[in-house]
Amino acid sequence: MNIDLRHIHKRFGAVKANEDISLSLKNGRIVGVLGENGAGKSTLMKILAGYQQPDTGQIVVDGHEVVFHSPLEAIAHGVGMLQQDPLDVGSFTVAENFTYGLPGGVTLSRRAAAAQLRQITARFGFDLDPNLPVSDLSIGQRQQAEIVRLLALGVKTLILDEPTTGISAEQKTLLFDALKSLAQTDGMSVLLVSHKLEDVIALCDEVVVLRAGRVVGAAEMPMSAEALVELMFGQGLTTRAHEPIPLGSSVVAVDNLHIRAKRVSVRDFSLHMRAGEVVGLAGLDGSGQELILRACAGLIKPSGGSVSIGGRDMTGKSYRDYIAAGIAFGAAGRTEEGLIAGLTLTEHIALTSTHGALIDWGGAAALTATQLEQYNVRGVPTSPIENLSGGNQQRLLMALMPQNAVLMALEQPTRGLDVDSARWIWTQLLARRAQGTAILFTSPDLDELVTYSDRIVVCFAGRHCEVPTWGGITLDSLGHLIGGQF
Amino acid sequence: MTKVFVRFGLGIAPILISLAITALIIILVGAEPGAVFQSVLEGAFRSTNAVGGVINFWIPLVLVCMGLIVTFTAGLWNIGAEGQMVMGAIAASFIARSLGESLPNAVLIPLEIVAAMLGGGAWAALAGFLKVRLGINEIFGGVALNALANLFTVHLIAGPWQPPEGGSAQSTAPFADAALYPRLSPEYPFSLTALIIAVVVIVLIVLALRGTRWGLQLKATGKNAKSALLLGVPTTQSVMSAFIVCGVLAGIAGSYRVLLTYGSLRPFASGGIGFLALLVVLVASTRAVWAAAIAFVFAVILGGSTRLRVALQLDQSLAGVLQGLLVLCVLLADGLRQRLGLGEERADG
Amino acid sequence: MDDQLINIFNSIIFNATPLVIAGLGETITERAGVVNLSLDGSILLSAMFGFVAAGVSGSLLVGFIAAMIVGGLIALLIAVAGIELRQDQVAIGFVLTLLCADLAQFLGQDYTGGSSVSLPEVHVPILSDIPVIGAIFFDHPVIVYISYMLIIAIWFWMFHTRPGLAHRAVGERPQAAFARGTDVNRLRYVYTIVGGALVGLAGAAYTLSVKPGWTNPPSMRGDGWIALAIVIFGGWHPFRVVFGAYLFAALRAVASTIQRDSSIDIPLVLLNGLPWLLMIFTLLLVSTGALERLLNIMPRALQRSARNLLRSDPPAALGTRFDPD
Repeated sequence: MNIDLRHIHKRFGAVKANEDISLSLKNGRIVGVLGENGAGKSTLMKILAGYQQPDTGQIVVDGHEVVFHSPLEAIAHGVGMLQQDPLDVGSFTVAENFTYGLPGGVTLSRRAAAAQLRQITARFGFDLDPNLPVSDLSIGQRQQAEIVRLLALGVKTLILDEPTTGISAEQKTLLFDALKSLAQTDGMSVLLVSHKLEDVIALCDEVVVLRAGRVVGAAEMPMSAEALVELMFGQGLTTRAHEPIPLGSSVVAVDNLHIRAKRVSVRDFSLHMRAGEVVGLAGLDGSGQELILRACAGLIKPSGGSVSIGGRDMTGKSYRDYIAAGIAFGAAGRTEEGLIAGLTLTEHIALTSTHGALIDWGGAAALTATQLEQYNVRGVPTSPIENLSGGNQQRLLMALMPQNAVLMALEQPTRGLDVDSARWIWTQLLARRAQGTAILFTSPDLDELVTYSDRIVVCFAGRHCEVPTWGGITLDSLGHLIGGQF
Repeated sequence: MTKVFVRFGLGIAPILISLAITALIIILVGAEPGAVFQSVLEGAFRSTNAVGGVINFWIPLVLVCMGLIVTFTAGLWNIGAEGQMVMGAIAASFIARSLGESLPNAVLIPLEIVAAMLGGGAWAALAGFLKVRLGINEIFGGVALNALANLFTVHLIAGPWQPPEGGSAQSTAPFADAALYPRLSPEYPFSLTALIIAVVVIVLIVLALRGTRWGLQLKATGKNAKSALLLGVPTTQSVMSAFIVCGVLAGIAGSYRVLLTYGSLRPFASGGIGFLALLVVLVASTRAVWAAAIAFVFAVILGGSTRLRVALQLDQSLAGVLQGLLVLCVLLADGLRQRLGLGEERADG
Repeated sequence: MDDQLINIFNSIIFNATPLVIAGLGETITERAGVVNLSLDGSILLSAMFGFVAAGVSGSLLVGFIAAMIVGGLIALLIAVAGIELRQDQVAIGFVLTLLCADLAQFLGQDYTGGSSVSLPEVHVPILSDIPVIGAIFFDHPVIVYISYMLIIAIWFWMFHTRPGLAHRAVGERPQAAFARGTDVNRLRYVYTIVGGALVGLAGAAYTLSVKPGWTNPPSMRGDGWIALAIVIFGGWHPFRVVFGAYLFAALRAVASTIQRDSSIDIPLVLLNGLPWLLMIFTLLLVSTGALERLLNIMPRALQRSARNLLRSDPPAALGTRFDPD
């Protein structure tokens, strides 16, 4: 199946998400669409898959112009998309999820669905139990289920949006093998959307680079990482060396922590950190690293073990006591956990800076002005927080965090940020670390973990092992650890 | 220019539409809408006495409204305000019954108010406990606690507090005069003390929500409790304090019902005012002054409709029909306005 | 089994029927992601309309249909307000609870009194001859048999048909439903109205069968809230919801038996308060995770089949809006 996108334009308010993008996709080819966050990749793919409509421009399939009003129409033309967060139904079983949307009679035949499912999974070596609820699957397995479903729908062009985020090295290999096989033996065309160079290098036949809504380059693979970086950023990136700083006294002592949770339990976790130390928590989604982070911040009550912050025993204390002891916690979802939609910027500042019973609104406004300036937040102090862009929200959150925390516990501190914003955040964090703040963070991005951590703790199914980053750990070996091969 | 007209239309339309539907309903039961509306207005304004009656509805209604604004700010559906009024009424009745004969009015009234505050506050704290500690949605907890409070009243009247002549479960024996809120004058049969308390409460609530850390913390908790907790807000205390403040105010409102309106404890002493206040706050959102004004309109409808039974042999539930329709139409018009992209975002978001 | 006990069980099944039907109706609605909080009002209004329509027309069928139309219309209003006008479903539902209750009282003021018509009992041939079972389950007015059929039909629809998958998906993950070509908001309209019509049917089941007649204040006041709580207790699963309704009716029967037996001295207030304490207790079972723990101590093989029956999570998209773009 050959697809041509011609002169696609799409804007959201003042933001030009796609500007005059043309791109073509041929039978049996795997094309990488590369670009930073916010470059317009996802919008373009959603247009191709029928989730959104372009303002102007054409989609031409095998020589005929088509208009997709819905994802279903795109699928009818053989175009299917695997979303970053697979579009499945958590309470369904794998078989139910598979058969929902496929043509068939009114009554369900679970056995027939399971048989059809097994037939496809067997080919790619996917391990999917048809009777398991979807909510019990890992992200990687949910992706597999979604690919299997799209294949059963007769999809000839497969779009994958950042499929390698949060899956193990094994699952990635399995996925890439399946995609190669589909392209080579079935003549399927594949579009891989990613901001990860290594994915594109490992898989793609050609690459298209987007920046700020425009196509800024296209090339045949293979190609070196340096050349790709140059395409993406206009110049080569200098990888920042990780400079160890002299560590201070021991400030965090976590001993024999046990955490019981619904999906995964953490057993016997210990961690000691010194002032100025950065420790990364690696692991697949739901491997226990979030539990550990939240337990260290006092947000979850562990079932056993002890936590001490700055020499104070915090075991059994409330989150507010942890704050008083010098904890600063930052959650991954900024607007769900961290900022309060409906409150203005000034109200946020007032909320965190007022200690008496009465609020000094004049003082709060003045403080807001200086904080916005200092943290480079572009926004109106009296407008609600949800009007800020993601990067500005993250910078404001940084402004709200206490200046001299003993330990900052951060969940995916750069999630959803573009490269510039992410770098700015880390500059701030490293500055605080230089003042003696210890930093404990999780990230799905192995690069980020290796670049900034002094040590990395890898979690898998509640188990964990520790690796120092100065020993020359490679992304590949870390990827294997994350998959559970300790 | 047309936009202004449409917006004005959408502002006034809900009132006209709800009046029209009410008229239709009145016709359905074979009555004359004109006569009914006239009778309601007369019932509310025909004399200083009638106006006093309206104020007698407004005082407890506005007190509960202020309480509910606090719980609304904290993101709570305190449907249990009704039961909190009843428990306030019972607590005030307890003082009135046990000390009414022996103490002067000037001592009794403060005692009764404090008791009512404790009664209402405790019942609200129970709803808060069910929500915060046991994870039971405040709507269901509130509905159950309302029913239990009413059953408790029935139990008291039929049992321990049975009037001496015995028999019916209509009410306790009338309280001693010294135990009642003194009325301003025979022409204006409402309590000045209570009116002053209500006005002071309105002012205090406005100030507390705008200018105190407590108010801002309530708002933060209501908008997003998870984030608020992470930003250092003691969300559990916020929620509990909102419940208790609301219960305390509902308790005072309940005391007014038994110590002025009835002069004795009766079943369903709250008279639906707790629910009505929730309707008011649905329209007014967290704007206290608006709530006070809307509460007055509702008090007029309530006070006026007491005459329906006498004048036209119609059931008083018409008041609830009109009030419900008003709120429903306002909410629908509000939705329509946002759908058409005309309105500013509502204050409560 | 002695006759007295059989009679008690028979009356439990009979008395629970409106709760069963209303609970099933609300289950259908909430499974599609919409909350119809107005039950305590819409049951009253439809009960009144059903009673009056049956009395005026002389036909029970007309009464039941009128009640279902009223229940469906109230639900339609909630759907329009919640889906089209993007208002808070809980707020609209609460307003309608009060409004419908007052409306029922006002419009029904001239119709109070006993019923001239009420559903006759039907003995199901063969089935009613089964010892004990027949006397308990198959010696009832036809509305009870309708409730049996509803239980089976709704369960089968939800878990064993393709449209049932769409039904559940719309309440669970509307984005996924949309991607598969399901018209999310249209289905939400349909299931809200169907659920509301069943709530209306439950109302008529009171005034035309279980508690024949119309009184002021109405005798079934409060049962709407109990039906709502039963849906939560029932984990949005038709079988468990129905079990909850029967359990409730059984406990009520026990309470009233004790009440009649003057030798046991329990304060009346406690007995009358029992349904409400029970409601809190059933919600506690869910909120404290007691049911989930029960699932965990079951043998593995049983867990899989019991999972749907014991889960306590509400439909993930309950009460939220869905915009396709």
